[in-house]
Amino acid sequence: MTFMDWYREDRLPHIYCTGCGNGTVINCTLEAVEQMGWAVDDTVFISGIGCSSRAPGYIKTDSLHTTHGRALAFATGVKLANPRLNVVVFTGDGDLAAIGGNHFIHACRRNVDLTVVCMNNMIYGMTGGQGSPCTPVGAISTTTPYGAVEPVFDLSELAVTAGANYVARWTSYHVKELTKAVKDGLETPGFSFIEALTQCPTAYGRRNKLRQVSDMINYMRTNVILIQKKQRMLERGEAVPEEKIPVGEFVRRNRPAMGVPK
Amino acid sequence: MQGNTACAEGALAAGCNFFGGYPITPSTEIAEHMARRLPKKDGVFVQMEDEIASIATVIGASWTGARAMTATSGPGFSLMMENIGYAVMTETPCVIVNIQRGGPSTGQPTMGAQGDMLQCRFGSHGDYSTIALCPSSVQEMYDLTVKAFNLADRFRVPVFVMSDEVIGHTRERITIPDHVEIVPRRPLEKGTLPFHGGDDGVPGFPEFGRGHGVHVTGLTHDERGYPEATDPHIHETLVRRLVSKVESARHDIADYEVVNPDAETVFVTYGPPTRTVKQVMHDHPDERVGHLHLRIVWPFPERLLKIFTNAKTFIVPEMNMGQIVREVERHTCLPVIRVSKLGGELHTPDELQKLLEGRP
Repeated sequence: MTFMDWYREDRLPHIYCTGCGNGTVINCTLEAVEQMGWAVDDTVFISGIGCSSRAPGYIKTDSLHTTHGRALAFATGVKLANPRLNVVVFTGDGDLAAIGGNHFIHACRRNVDLTVVCMNNMIYGMTGGQGSPCTPVGAISTTTPYGAVEPVFDLSELAVTAGANYVARWTSYHVKELTKAVKDGLETPGFSFIEALTQCPTAYGRRNKLRQVSDMINYMRTNVILIQKKQRMLERGEAVPEEKIPVGEFVRRNRPAMGVPK
Repeated sequence: MQGNTACAEGALAAGCNFFGGYPITPSTEIAEHMARRLPKKDGVFVQMEDEIASIATVIGASWTGARAMTATSGPGFSLMMENIGYAVMTETPCVIVNIQRGGPSTGQPTMGAQGDMLQCRFGSHGDYSTIALCPSSVQEMYDLTVKAFNLADRFRVPVFVMSDEVIGHTRERITIPDHVEIVPRRPLEKGTLPFHGGDDGVPGFPEFGRGHGVHVTGLTHDERGYPEATDPHIHETLVRRLVSKVESARHDIADYEVVNPDAETVFVTYGPPTRTVKQVMHDHPDERVGHLHLRIVWPFPERLLKIFTNAKTFIVPEMNMGQIVREVERHTCLPVIRVSKLGGELHTPDELQKLLEGRP
């Protein structure tokens, strides 16, 4: 089998826009799941609402496309009731950080054996480009027409602080690293959180001088810094440019977890 | 045994093996009892961050085949409305116990009420139908909780046990049967579409992890379960089936008690006012006074009113401003007297007796 065998082909064509990064993230996730050797029948994909959350509908496994922000609570029920199932959650920055914020921190704290892949496109794509808790300060959206003023939620740092066993951030440009991170997350017992920055040319790039898909991918390629490099620079007292987004593995640990199969 | 404990014990007897909850007065004893009992029976108890998450875990657990429940009261019930709609749309069997208290808002946390009877029927957005059972004693709390699980699995709907602080905190002697009837949900047959209603409108259940590869969504979906949110025909077919699978069974599943069917004046009750009416009829035996006691209020079994062929007046005492009385009114041309009581105290027998005697 390859990752392509996990797709539900009779659901194509999909709803994603031309140039959307979500397909890349879903491919990476399915590649990691495939590398784990998991069976389709033992795996469940769960999601909330938004572009990212449409992903389970295109996958052959049992899947639960739930209400906005609540995917992690549903996933907690599935995993605790049947720990033998492998449970993967797809979510986005609006779904997870805004309406689902409380469920997110408590799922990290509970450390239920789930892997969560968050497609952070920094915008509400499905509803047409409203500002999210991850929209960068100054960025234009339909609800921040004069530039976003609210500070951004750092989802990976939040997950680390709240207690997740595995946390990593990559982007849809870093395909190999992202796939490896998802696999590491799948292998780690307890709550694993993988944040994938991804391009939304339609609702974000178009309004923020990143009109070409390649502009957004270049932005993600050049504007990241490996978290270990950032830490070394800080230790040496060097200045880290503020716009640089840390990527890499944030934490891997073995706190007691819930819902781990016996 | 306390009413809330009887509810938890009834659930366990019915095979409940998953409880997701959040503490709220006056329902908390149910969660506490389940927290003690479930782990010893290889079940799962999880205390969630709020009632939204509680009902979400219950729905998630149900898709793995668990008999799952939650218990709450008014403010938590309001938070659950979003995912109750999801359970309706996805046809997820689960049991939701509401130990009602005085509202609106925080209201009277330690006082009984029946103010959520319309909320449990209409509280989530869109058209749908549900099943609501209303215990009037601790024994009924046990029996009706068992029944709630069987109805949830039979119709694949969220089923409500709409009790209240009065019954939840009453202590009475009850008989726990050696054996309770458990009717498991019908599994999906291979080769059948997962959301095809069949004869009774209730699809077989495609439990997760059994190779069904089912996609479950709150979006309008076709019989495969695939989202089809803009096709008017698919939406209409789906919603009409969701409603009719419950409504068409309303007389079949009706659970009630009739006293003096030839009476001219008929009390219609559910929950605590049932007790007051029974007291009145015990203290002042009179064949001209009848009683229809409903144990299942939704779907409303309107034909039962016709049992009372000599009826001239219906009297509906409720611990709210008149909710189920609307159903009685719209199904009879006879005068209907609403006896509304707010504040958390039961109607007294004298209040109802005065009404019968025409005393002020």
